[in-house]
Amino acid sequence: MRRATTMPVFAPGWRPRWGSECLILAAGGVYFLAAAPFIPGLASWENLGNLLSNLLPLLVIAVGQTLVLIAGGIDLSATAIMAVTSVAGAMVMRGVPGHGPVAALAGVGVMLGMGTAVGWGNGFAITRLRLPAFMVTLTSMMFFSGLALWLTQSQKINGLPAAFNALGGNLAVELILTTAVVGLTAWGLGRLLAGRWLYAVGHNPRAALISGVPVGPVVMAAYAFSGGAAALGAVLLTGRGETGDPVLGRYLMLDVIGAAVLGGASFFGGRGGVGGTAAGVLFIKLVDNSLSLQGCSHFTIMMVKGGLILAAALADGGRRRLAGEDQGGRA
Amino acid sequence: MIEFQGIEKRFAGVRAVGPVSFDLPPGATLGLVGENGAGKSTLMNLLGGNLQPDAGSMRLAERPYAPHGPAEAMRCGIAFIHQELNLFGNLTIAENLFLTRFPRWWRSPFIYRTGLRAEAGKLLAQVGLELDPHTPMDRLAVGECQLVEIAKALAGDPRLIIFDEPTSSLSTREAERLFALMAGFRRQGRSLIYISHALGDVLRLCDDLVILRDGLVAGRGPARDFTIPRLISLMAGRVPEATAPAPTPPREPAGAVALAVRGVSRPGVVRDISFELRRGEILGIAGMMGAGRSELARILFGLDAPAAGELRLHGRPLQGATVRERVRRGMAFVTEDRRGEGLCLEASVADNLALAALPAFARGRARRIDRPGLQAALTPVKAAVRLTADADGRAVKTLSGGNQQKVVLAKWLLTKPGVIILDEPTRGIDVGAKCEIHELIRALAAAGTAVLLISSELEELTALCDRLLVLNRGEITATLARAEFDQARILAAALPGERSA
Repeated sequence: MRRATTMPVFAPGWRPRWGSECLILAAGGVYFLAAAPFIPGLASWENLGNLLSNLLPLLVIAVGQTLVLIAGGIDLSATAIMAVTSVAGAMVMRGVPGHGPVAALAGVGVMLGMGTAVGWGNGFAITRLRLPAFMVTLTSMMFFSGLALWLTQSQKINGLPAAFNALGGNLAVELILTTAVVGLTAWGLGRLLAGRWLYAVGHNPRAALISGVPVGPVVMAAYAFSGGAAALGAVLLTGRGETGDPVLGRYLMLDVIGAAVLGGASFFGGRGGVGGTAAGVLFIKLVDNSLSLQGCSHFTIMMVKGGLILAAALADGGRRRLAGEDQGGRA
Repeated sequence: MIEFQGIEKRFAGVRAVGPVSFDLPPGATLGLVGENGAGKSTLMNLLGGNLQPDAGSMRLAERPYAPHGPAEAMRCGIAFIHQELNLFGNLTIAENLFLTRFPRWWRSPFIYRTGLRAEAGKLLAQVGLELDPHTPMDRLAVGECQLVEIAKALAGDPRLIIFDEPTSSLSTREAERLFALMAGFRRQGRSLIYISHALGDVLRLCDDLVILRDGLVAGRGPARDFTIPRLISLMAGRVPEATAPAPTPPREPAGAVALAVRGVSRPGVVRDISFELRRGEILGIAGMMGAGRSELARILFGLDAPAAGELRLHGRPLQGATVRERVRRGMAFVTEDRRGEGLCLEASVADNLALAALPAFARGRARRIDRPGLQAALTPVKAAVRLTADADGRAVKTLSGGNQQKVVLAKWLLTKPGVIILDEPTRGIDVGAKCEIHELIRALAAAGTAVLLISSELEELTALCDRLLVLNRGEITATLARAEFDQARILAAALPGERSA
């Protein structure tokens, strides 16, 4: 069991233990040190900045996914939400006269609102209509990917306001935004009522319900958060590309889920945390970055990444067995 | 039949059993008793081939016996009926019975369904279950599932059958049926080993007894030499303070009405239930399995909606209140399914304890948890249930059943409930923890909490309750005051087909 879930949150004097995030972080460190001498440019400041700006949007989206995984669900629609909010935001900004900060603000508002709404709709279908999360988010992924392409007829939308592009194009702004979102989420998970409820719902929804936890609203909030986080990721990436892109984030889905799971989240719910997910994102992006510096193709990178994620998962399983965390199995 | 010679088993260097030596004559019934953790299960797992001993040996019918797995034990004629049933609800009875050895067309992979039905029918007849073998398992009642499990064991024509707590989830009538079946097995010359916490049953059914304590034999001999108090003192290693829980001293439960139930009905579950539960009162609900006791509790707690009737909590209507609102207004519910509905097993003890009371410790608009406040409130509650203080960070699943139940109780104590519903609060936990929970229930009532206690153990109900309702097929058939408590009278009101005045 991981620190985020078993540490006696209320007991004074708890000591941090070795969690999945430490292992993944260590693996990333070892990988970096081992690879740096052989890959020229990997350790250069320019490349590290590049790596950082690449991992920030992924981090935002993966943190949203982490909340859904903690609640015992899965959100396959995150990247489709990115695509559809990207083009919808771009269309709104083109439509607002002046192309100034007002247009940028409207665009960001529409994107975040739309992402949250779609996420909330996913949560509603799962809790109120009692449909399986996999089904709901798979179908909404298909629908919104299609919608994004249909709205734009597969064309990219250019000519976005400069104020908007600055959000994703400026590393400092991006860093501040991401740190704020990720930090607040981590704090909330540990300290807020909603955060503790989220873990309880993921561990055992029936016991949570009987203990007076509003299970339905908590699950809906997790999906809404994931949708909102995907939209924020879309704001950053759309601004960086300076275009509304109907296939934004099409290769990201596995990175998002892979990062969260590497960081300790479980498909069975109740486990995971922001710190772990951040370590997972760092690991995945480090592998990505080093391999593309080597001149590997996208497809090679996919294959290597798959293998490395599997290896990391195996190592984590071994670590947990050694720590005696998996005794007794799952009830 | 079977002989244990200096059998010893260690787990990670810690002795769980042994050295233990005793034997079971052919055709006899041996009762095996002991508190939870005394080594009964370990010993039986050695016999059933699930574990291998570290020292000593076993002899089966005068031959050395050292099974390497359950399959080998089964081939040697030993059948093990586990406390938890190992059946698949999505398959039929016949498929469950023949899961590992379906009758087939010659040696082809195709199942010979006619033969399957006939063979399954024969086995079911042996346990007196008159059901179509192709009935899906999930349509069966718990007692019927148990019979299927026994039929499965009979398929190997065992010489020795081990029953591990077979009656814990059975109604009195289903248990009697099982006992009749066991008598039949004895007449067929099969040896039986019977493990149970129900000491009265053990004394009645068994020829010989072995009492285990801390992995060693604390006493053995013919069953007629033992009484329940003596068994308990041997199991506990101390003089028993009381066999059954000592009766609650007579009090005046003259508190105000805490929970008023008027004409509550739900088709097929309960009909026209009316009663009043007062502050400081312990009201018991007796009844057979399936009488609608747990279902009534679920309606009271808002998990199921009643079709008709009215509920009032402290005089204010409960209509349409969600579970969350009921908890906020001071209701608490310890369900019969501790693992499935009471606890987050993978989460820590501290997180489980805090769960129900969290909103009361959430401050400000952001609902930030007041951790020092919560911590301070947890300490007395943990002391009240005698939960070891260092348990906080441990996952609940690592605790014993008794301690898990204490966590559930402590979780609700933290909410300072006005009305607490307890559904089988002492099921499947050891004698020591049971006594502690009984004391806790009394202390709760003494502090003014209204307690609704559902239990299948009549001794528990008659000892603890001020008043008793008897449910029979969803209706209240008797309301008894303490002076009128009488086992025969309660049973008469609870048994279907009979009515008491």
